Amino acid sequence: MAEPVEYVIESGGHKLFQWKELWRYRELFYFFTWRDVKIKYKQTALGFLWAVLQPLFMMLIFTFFFGKALNIPSQNLPYPVYVFSGLLVWNMFSTGLTNASNSMVNNASIIKKIYFPRLIIPVSSILVALFDFLMAFVLFVMLLLYYQQPLSWMAIILWPAGLIITVIAALGMGSWLAALNVKYRDFRYVIPFLVQVLFFLTPVIYPVSMLKYPLLQYVLACSPMYAAIELFRMPLTGLYPDTTLLTISLASGLILLVIGLVYFKRTEDFFADFA
Amino acid sequence: MKPILEVQNISKKYRIQHLSGGYLSLRERMVNALKFEKNNVEDFWALNDVSFSVNPGESVGIIGRNGAGKSTLLKVLSKITPPTSGSIVSRGRVASLLEVGTGFHPELTGRENIYFNGSLLGMKRFEIDSKFDEIVDFSGVEKFLDTPLKHFSSGMQLRLAFAVAAFLEPEILIIDEVLAVGDAEFQKKCLGKMEDVSKSGRTILFVSHQLGMVGQLCKNALLLDRGKIVCQGEVNEIINVYTNSYATSNTFVSKAIDMGKSYIIQQVQSLNNFSQVTSNFAHNEEIVLEIVFLATQLLRNTHLMVSVNNRNGQRVFSSDKALDHVKLEMNLPTTVRITIPKTTLTPGNYTFFVALHCPNTMGYDVADNICPISIYDNGSEFVQYENKWFYGDVYVSCKWEFKSEINAS
Repeated sequence: MAEPVEYVIESGGHKLFQWKELWRYRELFYFFTWRDVKIKYKQTALGFLWAVLQPLFMMLIFTFFFGKALNIPSQNLPYPVYVFSGLLVWNMFSTGLTNASNSMVNNASIIKKIYFPRLIIPVSSILVALFDFLMAFVLFVMLLLYYQQPLSWMAIILWPAGLIITVIAALGMGSWLAALNVKYRDFRYVIPFLVQVLFFLTPVIYPVSMLKYPLLQYVLACSPMYAAIELFRMPLTGLYPDTTLLTISLASGLILLVIGLVYFKRTEDFFADFA
Repeated sequence: MKPILEVQNISKKYRIQHLSGGYLSLRERMVNALKFEKNNVEDFWALNDVSFSVNPGESVGIIGRNGAGKSTLLKVLSKITPPTSGSIVSRGRVASLLEVGTGFHPELTGRENIYFNGSLLGMKRFEIDSKFDEIVDFSGVEKFLDTPLKHFSSGMQLRLAFAVAAFLEPEILIIDEVLAVGDAEFQKKCLGKMEDVSKSGRTILFVSHQLGMVGQLCKNALLLDRGKIVCQGEVNEIINVYTNSYATSNTFVSKAIDMGKSYIIQQVQSLNNFSQVTSNFAHNEEIVLEIVFLATQLLRNTHLMVSVNNRNGQRVFSSDKALDHVKLEMNLPTTVRITIPKTTLTPGNYTFFVALHCPNTMGYDVADNICPISIYDNGSEFVQYENKWFYGDVYVSCKWEFKSEINAS
């Protein structure tokens, strides 16, 4: 227990992530996530059911307006299945990103009083979104059974892959925005707008193939969520997404992750002074 | 023996931005970039070349005025904010208690808050599990464990927060002013717990404005002023230096000397044992009141009276002296020194009343509410009640006798 701990505190000197330290504090990931999940549904009559109801109602609305009224193609899937598979992944991303971006500011009082690796906060706030994802996933499986949707075995690989890309996308942008938000509160107002714009730029409710200009497809592929949603839907549609588009999207996800984490790390020392 | 904490030339600079709000906004940044004038930013050194070291098991008090840099020092030591220059070598697990109940959430239950707060403070889950009953016992809120914190009274929240903190077992414990809250009884319990901690060989760094508490808990102290260490050493010496550093002159000088009076009080001031003029005294220090007066006439049955007024202006006690048998020179100032024995007055603020009078007939010259002094506690038996409970103006040494009735039937 009482292993001798010797460490030096110095100015500057941004070491990269100290994995050892993160590992020592691993329980805090759990406690932060656990706390946020508990708080989220405290004093609600329906409790965890909300995690299911929100995407369900969204699906119904989109099905009615886009599926029925506008008759948007859905890659041979029943439109509810098409839109729900997209929303499932998208909600994970948007909730995770929003939570992560605001997480540092929301926990400012803790940051100012206690030291721990700061990265734990945005990561845990994304894990909270993962909890909602799992709840909604149960509904998704029920929906597939209802429509007797054929499913490729590749789902075993592609679903987790889609999920991991989603987490990477949310963490990259989220940690970047979280750090910026500490310094410039302007980002608090930018985030909802950004999420809204990304929603329409990502093939959640319509397929990219609908776009008439191929160039536009390349622009949309810059969103890391493009790859996540396409891969997640692949076992359902059986359609292979364009490899170039997929690569662009994956690369953009990784680049954002590096930028986000590096920026976060470089500014984290001063969170307590600005928060 | 290697020191457990070595602080070398620590400085911390903050930039103060004038004319702007608490935090930066992009607009301000952009506007500033467009302006050609220099940013109205001022550097402020919260800590300036601070060096000291602490040995294992030592308890060090950090004292100083508001804004002296105490809290910044603790923040740097607990890794919350990095120093601008300098380095710190630490050879032990550090837990810092800059606030009690950090991370307490009103929607979580007492039990949930114990776990979250404990884990934030650096406890492992199994540690909390094993100490859980003790923590609950110490806090005395077992009935409400599964009630959301928002339904707790503020006192109960505080107890719970203290209880978690009390069971931390780091090698170095950093505490900032947290004991300033809480009721007397609970505070005593915490103080006892902290004494146990320091006796068990752990190192404590303690910041408080309650000097009595620092005196009781710490052996050594360091005094900070404007980011620099003024002095460090044995706790009572440092407390003395500190209290004398802001001692204001309280000398009373009679303004308009009315030569028509038979007796005139010219000057009154309080001195310590070393004949230095001061307005700050430790409770166990003698207080010397020096009165200079002039007699323009020598009248029979003249008395000199000195009284002490408490903070509410009520008389605490008086001392009266007939001057008939004192040899006085007319029109020459006479100096009188009156010594109030040590441990007479309890910590607090007092003023004096001085009068030259003929008892029950007339006052020749009277000065009231003059010469304010303040008395601080540097470790009396009442220190636990400091700022909590008013236990009177004077110390009285009473005789206590106990008798047990033995049933001899």
